[in-house]
Amino acid sequence: MAEEVKAGCARPTGGPVGDPAPETTENIQTEKKEVKSMIQVGKKAPDFSAPGYQKGGFINLKLSDYLGKWVLLCFYPGDFTFV
Amino acid sequence: MSIDSMFVHKMWDDHELSKMVEGGVPFPMLSDAGGRVGKVYGVYDEDAGVETRGRFIIDPDGIVQGFEVLTPPVGRSVNETLRQVQAFQLVRASKGTEATPSGWKPGKKTLKPGPGLVGNVWKEWKTEMAFD
Repeated sequence: MAEEVKAGCARPTGGPVGDPAPETTENIQTEKKEVKSMIQVGKKAPDFSAPGYQKGGFINLKLSDYLGKWVLLCFYPGDFTFV
Repeated sequence: MSIDSMFVHKMWDDHELSKMVEGGVPFPMLSDAGGRVGKVYGVYDEDAGVETRGRFIIDPDGIVQGFEVLTPPVGRSVNETLRQVQAFQLVRASKGTEATPSGWKPGKKTLKPGPGLVGNVWKEWKTEMAFD
């Protein structure tokens, strides 16, 4: 499922997979609107890849690796926040 | 998933979460530097530079079945999330022949939408059922 990655000094990043994200920052307002309309119930969840930590190891995973399973994707403000 | 690096995730799990959950967090703790994924999901707060409390239920076909987004100070209900997953799983297993009315929990009555049910939900479902 998730591939293991070695911990180096570079801080790995992930990002959306597939359709290129709009790069223009000319009009942030419009960009925000476009981005928000991408999530709709009954529609495909945008694919992404992301580095992470799981049970002692560093990993990199793709949402689409989880096709065939139910997925709960949770975002939160930050580690060590209180709620 | 948060904007923290995977190294910070490890420290949080090692030093705090593993004291709440035996063996530490079992699922992947993902890192979203710059909120790039959060932006696509509409949960990245540009002003604060962090993600809000977004929660997405994604089915085996990769379809978003439900989501909820809260501002940071209020925590989620895990039980409500599990209830929703169970409801979506039931509907999926029934291939859409059953629906879960307001207040449904596992073991409670479902509805079978069809011509016979039109105008007759009041016989099958009572308002109290939304609250018990």
